[in-house]
Amino acid sequence: MGLFEAILLSIVTSATPLLIAALGELVTERSGVLNLGVEGMMIMGAVSGFAFGIMTGNPYLGMLGAIVTGALFSLVFAFMTITLVTNQVATGLALTILGLGVSGLWGEAFVGIPGVRMQPIEIPLLSQIPFIGKLLFAQDLIFYISILLLAGVSYFLFRSRAGLTLRAVGDNHVSAHALGISVAKTRYLAVMFGGACSGLAGGHLSLVYTSQWIENMTSGRGWIALALVVFASWRPTRVLIGAYLFGAMGILQLHIQAQGVKIPSQFLSALPYIATVVVLVIISRNRRLTMMNTPASLGKGFVPDR
Amino acid sequence: MTSDKTAATSSVSQMDSVMLGVKGLTKRFGEVVANDDVDLNIMPGEIHALLGENGAGKSTLVKMLYGSLQPTAGEIIWKGKPVRIASPYEARQLGIGIVFQHFSLFDALSVADNIALSLAGDENIKSIAEKALEFSGRYGLPLNPRSMVGDLSVGERQRVEIVRCLLQNPELVILDEPTSVLTPQEAERLFETLEILKGEGRSVLFISHRLEEVRRLCDKATILRNAKVVGECLPREETAASIARMMVGSEISHVRKQTSDKPESQPLLELNDVNLQAATPFSVTLKDINLTVGAGEIVGIAGVAGNGQSELFEAVSGERLQGHAGAIRMRGMDVGRKGINWRRKHGAAFIPEERLGHGAISEFHLSENMLLARHQSDKVAFQWGHGLGIIWQDLVRKATDRVCEMMDVRKPGRNPVAASLSGGNLQKFLVGRELDRQPSVLVINQPSWGVDAGAASRIRQAIIDLARSGSAVLVISQDLDEIFELSDRIAVMYDGRLSSPLSAAEVGREEVGLLMAGIGISEDRHAA
Repeated sequence: MGLFEAILLSIVTSATPLLIAALGELVTERSGVLNLGVEGMMIMGAVSGFAFGIMTGNPYLGMLGAIVTGALFSLVFAFMTITLVTNQVATGLALTILGLGVSGLWGEAFVGIPGVRMQPIEIPLLSQIPFIGKLLFAQDLIFYISILLLAGVSYFLFRSRAGLTLRAVGDNHVSAHALGISVAKTRYLAVMFGGACSGLAGGHLSLVYTSQWIENMTSGRGWIALALVVFASWRPTRVLIGAYLFGAMGILQLHIQAQGVKIPSQFLSALPYIATVVVLVIISRNRRLTMMNTPASLGKGFVPDR
Repeated sequence: MTSDKTAATSSVSQMDSVMLGVKGLTKRFGEVVANDDVDLNIMPGEIHALLGENGAGKSTLVKMLYGSLQPTAGEIIWKGKPVRIASPYEARQLGIGIVFQHFSLFDALSVADNIALSLAGDENIKSIAEKALEFSGRYGLPLNPRSMVGDLSVGERQRVEIVRCLLQNPELVILDEPTSVLTPQEAERLFETLEILKGEGRSVLFISHRLEEVRRLCDKATILRNAKVVGECLPREETAASIARMMVGSEISHVRKQTSDKPESQPLLELNDVNLQAATPFSVTLKDINLTVGAGEIVGIAGVAGNGQSELFEAVSGERLQGHAGAIRMRGMDVGRKGINWRRKHGAAFIPEERLGHGAISEFHLSENMLLARHQSDKVAFQWGHGLGIIWQDLVRKATDRVCEMMDVRKPGRNPVAASLSGGNLQKFLVGRELDRQPSVLVINQPSWGVDAGAASRIRQAIIDLARSGSAVLVISQDLDEIFELSDRIAVMYDGRLSSPLSAAEVGREEVGLLMAGIGISEDRHAA
């Protein structure tokens, strides 16, 4: 395996959690809820995935634990913002801080302990294709899930009735309520889906990407996932492009540093964020497109009048 | 489908054939009684009007019929059986459809998606689109299922609402203020559609402020005042004035208008080739707008909503600035590059369309809203401390009282929050807040939109009095009656362009209606 191939492989691995977390947040935001707690939910997924992994000795059961923990953790946010109608931005930030704190406490015992790791699954025949075979068909289960998730979310949002309802709630919750759609129920489900995805993405970090627990191991990936949703202007396929672009940038900056290129490492670490800003500026020039896709009631609490 | 005993209902024994009966319906919100022992009977194939001032309880009654509010007491009888309508979904199942006043459509979704959302079941979007097309043909409501709702005009949106409602095959259609946003020609088309519905034996509950329409169209009317039914009548046998009397409970003072007879008055507001780029995909670009409003004159700008009126208001008020200073002139000064406060300080006043959120902050007390608008223009009166900006609370409150008294603002308490006032009373306050300063230029957008007849006539009279005292007034309104009642000259907005103003005494409604539909304004564009 050449260096080039190795780089590509590591790009796929680093893009996968971004893709999953961003798809989950995309669904949440399409329902009109802005959950800034992605980082917190991811880190909870990472620590619980690790914990369930070493407890059962099975990385797949660990991953299941990560998903359930992410969904349960997001329920806190859902209850606060949907039932109690608290400010979504403040609550989301609080969720991130809470997640980082709780995971640090829970994970204290795990620091330095080897965990379990998911092994790649080689798909017969397809994985024998030269070059792309190893890249696309000899990956871990979570990579395949991320691609299925992309297809599933696209289909759900734009082809199914439930997805139409969800988009309607995100576009205008007053009208949706007037039509008899349950705004709260839709949003609870959307937030929990986002939480489950974040949990899965976090689990990927501690069960696939590495097999250890490190405090703050998400290191800003949750925030990148949030930026990705805006970057993608709430379109799932663009999330895929963005996730791989950002994943690539993260990996390339490591290699550039390793090659001894004289660029300050801080600048390279900041590159994904700079890219987000640049892309936001570029896409916001096409206002029509942005507004057609931006959920109009994003971030607004809903209180039915009765 | 519907019953086949169509129009012959009046002769049949009334009690059996009632489509929708309401008996002793009461709704309380805490201390406030919104509906008090309301009775209402709607026959099959009947167009029934529900009339009343703002705050009389019409919307509350409609919401209970549509299941989005639950009555405190009383019962609803649907085709002879008492029913409990727990949700809009159940209302639709029974056969009650509604076309909302503020359309409940989704801007970012297509017409077909919007229609699909209100239909139960898993019918696919394609077949819904086909059905929608079929219905739109049958009822004379042309629409394209693939277009985005955000791109549609108000009239088109209403068509979407109506088709959406009809696809559910309702036996009772509730229309809440359907014509307030339409051109006269569009309203005419709507009436034809309603006649078709009536011919099919469906009933219509028609809510409107426009009494002439009600007299023409409706078979029967129920009148609400202060949460109670005060009477029923056959609108065709009444006059608009007699119906209005029942609604208000007293005579409505007629707006007195003397046409200004100074033909060449000094221009106070001049727009010279005003252009403004659309800020969002759903707004309009202003193109080369020219207009002069002289002292003592009222110029009315008619037009269907969404043709650039709000953008024009933004440009004139200084919420968005012009490219060069001379584009807008007030009292002979170039103000195109000056902001709102500068313009206000130099004698201009602006009253926006949206009362809560634009004209006033809902959770602020009236005195605070007073100060928000006038903190610069009345700096000397309201503040002390030489630039420290300390507020004379007492003086602000006195000014608020003065305004409320002048405009007869009815409010709970001396200085309540803006949101606690009814729409009409808040509008009276907002108008009074500006008129209190005796501005020499007044720009007002939709002075009496959604305001009841009594408050509307008070507001209009105040505007006319201001103009007669020598100020220039620019009125933007969708309501043609209002335009004709107020204006000396009338111009029409269509697609960001303004027609040249015509003398109100010489122009007919027909002509203005055509201009509103874009015929006569944009020929040059079509030719190109």
